[in-house]
Amino acid sequence: MSFDDPEQELQHFRSRLLVAGGFMLVCFALLVARFGWLQINRFDYYHTRAEDNRIALVPISPNRGLIVDRDGEVLARNYAAYTLEIAPTHFRQADALFDQLAAVVEITPRDRRRFRKILDESRNFDSVPIRIRLTDEEVARFVARRFEFEGVEVKARLFRDYPNGSLASHVIGYIGRINERDLERIDARDETANYRGTEHIGKVGLEQSYEDELHGVTGFEEVEVDAGGRAVRQLRRTPPTSGNNLVLTLDRGLQRVAENAFNGRRGALVAIEPATGGVLALVSSPTFNPNLFVDGISTQDWNALNTSPDHPLLNRALASANPPGSTFKPFMALAALTTGKRTPEQAISDPGYFDFGGHRFRDDKVGGHGVVDMYKSIAFSCNTYYYRLAADLGIEQIAGFMDGFGLGSRTGVDLEGESSGVLPSPEWKRTRFRRVEQQKWFAGETISVGIGQGYNAYTPIQLASAVATLAADGVRFRPHLVRYVEDVRTGARRVIEPEPLTRLPLAREHVDFIKHAMEGVNLEGTGRRAFKGAGYRVAGKTGTAQVFSLRGATYREKQIRERLRDHSLYVAFAPVEKPAIALAVLVENGGFGSQAAAPIARQVLDYYLLGIEPDEPALPDEEASDEFEPTPAAGDAQ
Amino acid sequence: MTGRRFDLRRVLVALLEPLDPILLVLLCLLLGYAFTLMASASPARMESQMINSAVAVVVMWVAARLPIQRVLAMALPVYLVGVLLLVAVAVFGETSKGAQRWLNIGVARIQPSEIMKIAVPLMLAWYFHHREGAVNARDFVAAGILLVIPVGLIVRQPDLGTALLVAAAGFFVLFFAGLSWKLIAPVAVAGIVGIGSIVGFGDRICQPEVDWVVLHGYQKNRVCTLLDPTSDPLGKGFHIIQSTIAIGSGGVAGKGWRDGTQTHLAFIPERHTDFIFAVLGEEFGFVGACLLVFLYIGMITRGFVIAMAAPTLSSRLLAGAVTMIFFTYAFVNMGMVSGILPVVGVPLPFISYGGTALVTLCLGLGILMSVQRARFAAQKT
Repeated sequence: MSFDDPEQELQHFRSRLLVAGGFMLVCFALLVARFGWLQINRFDYYHTRAEDNRIALVPISPNRGLIVDRDGEVLARNYAAYTLEIAPTHFRQADALFDQLAAVVEITPRDRRRFRKILDESRNFDSVPIRIRLTDEEVARFVARRFEFEGVEVKARLFRDYPNGSLASHVIGYIGRINERDLERIDARDETANYRGTEHIGKVGLEQSYEDELHGVTGFEEVEVDAGGRAVRQLRRTPPTSGNNLVLTLDRGLQRVAENAFNGRRGALVAIEPATGGVLALVSSPTFNPNLFVDGISTQDWNALNTSPDHPLLNRALASANPPGSTFKPFMALAALTTGKRTPEQAISDPGYFDFGGHRFRDDKVGGHGVVDMYKSIAFSCNTYYYRLAADLGIEQIAGFMDGFGLGSRTGVDLEGESSGVLPSPEWKRTRFRRVEQQKWFAGETISVGIGQGYNAYTPIQLASAVATLAADGVRFRPHLVRYVEDVRTGARRVIEPEPLTRLPLAREHVDFIKHAMEGVNLEGTGRRAFKGAGYRVAGKTGTAQVFSLRGATYREKQIRERLRDHSLYVAFAPVEKPAIALAVLVENGGFGSQAAAPIARQVLDYYLLGIEPDEPALPDEEASDEFEPTPAAGDAQ
Repeated sequence: MTGRRFDLRRVLVALLEPLDPILLVLLCLLLGYAFTLMASASPARMESQMINSAVAVVVMWVAARLPIQRVLAMALPVYLVGVLLLVAVAVFGETSKGAQRWLNIGVARIQPSEIMKIAVPLMLAWYFHHREGAVNARDFVAAGILLVIPVGLIVRQPDLGTALLVAAAGFFVLFFAGLSWKLIAPVAVAGIVGIGSIVGFGDRICQPEVDWVVLHGYQKNRVCTLLDPTSDPLGKGFHIIQSTIAIGSGGVAGKGWRDGTQTHLAFIPERHTDFIFAVLGEEFGFVGACLLVFLYIGMITRGFVIAMAAPTLSSRLLAGAVTMIFFTYAFVNMGMVSGILPVVGVPLPFISYGGTALVTLCLGLGILMSVQRARFAAQKT
């Protein structure tokens, strides 16, 4: 291509310029169209994207509510301390970091194990503590060398603390780190947002059952963050709302006396204020230290608690259902009076046994109690009287009457893990057994039910609630541990269970007679030794629950291996004229009710009513009672 | 007090005499825009950018004062030195960020490929000037070879962005010299088909095991990232995603000067250099972006007017090619930042931080002004 004519060449050049100019304009138009698309059409979308980039929501976890006893004594509280934590981005280098950190702060093998354990259970976006409760000096030492430890930071956190150690641990329970199962539960309750930033949750006891009250509402801080995720400034802050405080009906002093009385022996005690249903003391012995659980219990501690034959983690007061033994008798007698099957004056002649359906039911007292009226049947715990009474009442009537006292049903106490126990009846037997031949109720079975044995199985809290109902002349409250829930900011109180569940239709004179007979137990009957010289009027009833059936044999306690010995039971309320406290005591394998359970009740009542601090525990050490080795069975059979 | 009368007016006239007033005004507006943006994007670099601008303006003034024949006379030596330096880079060059671009000459590190952005069109314009009146197809082949040598060396470094600009500059000379449409059309069609197929089959060819023979892995990544930025939101796609968000969130009027959250919270990478347009889009919005486009259109139009009126073939070709370099810079950069072109290292002309590009661009402006002066000189005689 050549241009001889410069004019033609210039023309050609100018046309090319025009083409280039047109191309330029098209390209720039394309760009402007692109800007218009991004900045006008899609503005809302990109605006949102930019805001999402910029703003991060940082949860602020609320302070957990306190738990205090009826007088405001603190049972569970929070305190602030420093922890050394590792960010999720550096979990992989954890081992190397541990070795480095060991030069700066003390890190025990236990810390490492706990870290591993928490790591396994944790949600992967939380930082995990390496060391907790750093001393000020350790914090200073770490901070001085912080630059060496990328991904490790010191954080100030609130810790849960149970200042009384193991006291009332079965009531208070404990909190622990949120695990997968807890997460599912939180999710199911639609509380996921509220638990962002929360690391602990109530696992057992009131910490668990009042989790919703104690937790509070998580606050949020809107912060502007840069591309590296660092907070640049705060935009808005929604403060957290602290959890509510729980004010219990529990009396810390009474709880302490009651726990000490057991001296570590296996058993349970529930004391209730009859006029309100408030639980004054709830003991399950042995106990454990809830502080061990707060930041992940070590494997050693866990194994020790979990494999102990005494099952310290089991809440016996709620979960251990046993035959009530003779503590059942006052209720049987009241049923007899209410149904008109007996009058107080009607007496029987007790030969020491009761024959029914070809079977001989024996009394504890060889040769019998002689002439026995209702008063004597309670005061001296005459079995024969109740064998016959049970036969006369029939199982349906017994079951119907006892149901009114809440026996055999969960009391609905504000703690989880309650057993329902067994209130025997033909109907119960039909649902309980699958095979038809087992479903039939035999009349003979009614006889042993009459003395609180047989299929009867009630938890200590059921017995205590039943006794409190009797003490309150038939007014039954749902037992509860929390008196009221208190809003920390406003001070507003919400009272728990102020109204009774039921008022049983009992005749005043019948109730008064039973109370009179129960007072007789402690004045002249089976409880007289334990309550000798008591400075108040106290109604009670001893009981012995058979663990091991000794058919037709005289029970010789010392010759039975300790774990096969009978459970010792005692129920009581005082003062008789205006009951302030009703209780049920169970001492596992404690033998006769008068031997183990009644002395505990005496110490508890003395303290509550008279303020008397016991000198020594009501029960001897377990070792002392363990010295009896089983002897050859030669002398057992009679 | 005044021994010698200092006539400010005469000094100013003497200073401004070689400069084209329209280009000067447009340059001042662009530099003013640049300082405004720099004060937001990276205030710490303001001073240094002002020094860069001053140096660039002096270079422009010197080039504008030089007669265009003197400029063209330097074409061959500058071109040869440039090519030699590129060879030297390939042999002795320093490696930085995976590419061998810099040459350490003792006192300073220089980037010879930058020189070629002006040297190549200059050389080609000089070549066609010598063949004036007898240009034939063989000349285009020869010019093509003169173009391919430096471009090939720069591609090898590898520096696709600069190679693209140098190739474009050379191509525009050929285009204005009358390269046959019969040759342009197939290349354009091939390019459109190529780009079309990349977009159409992006999913398949962006699989990691596919090797793109002619392009480096990182270049392939840039193209693939453009096709689907979300495929790698934290890695290669991050730049494009964040700059697009910045521009889009600016809306019509922008978030306001220094109020760009994407900018100031460091979501925009390279916010003072290649991605400074994202800052503009975010803080000044659609209006601000259009204003910049209009300034560029004004400058390019002025360049075309100068080229159209240029007295000689060589000055015409040079002016046209230099003008189109401005366009290429502006379009490639804004296209990249707004997400319609792949990420190549091309700065936003007169706005991005950095002395080298600014000096090159102002040298180009100076050449345009020199061409314009030559026109008046021709008219006077």
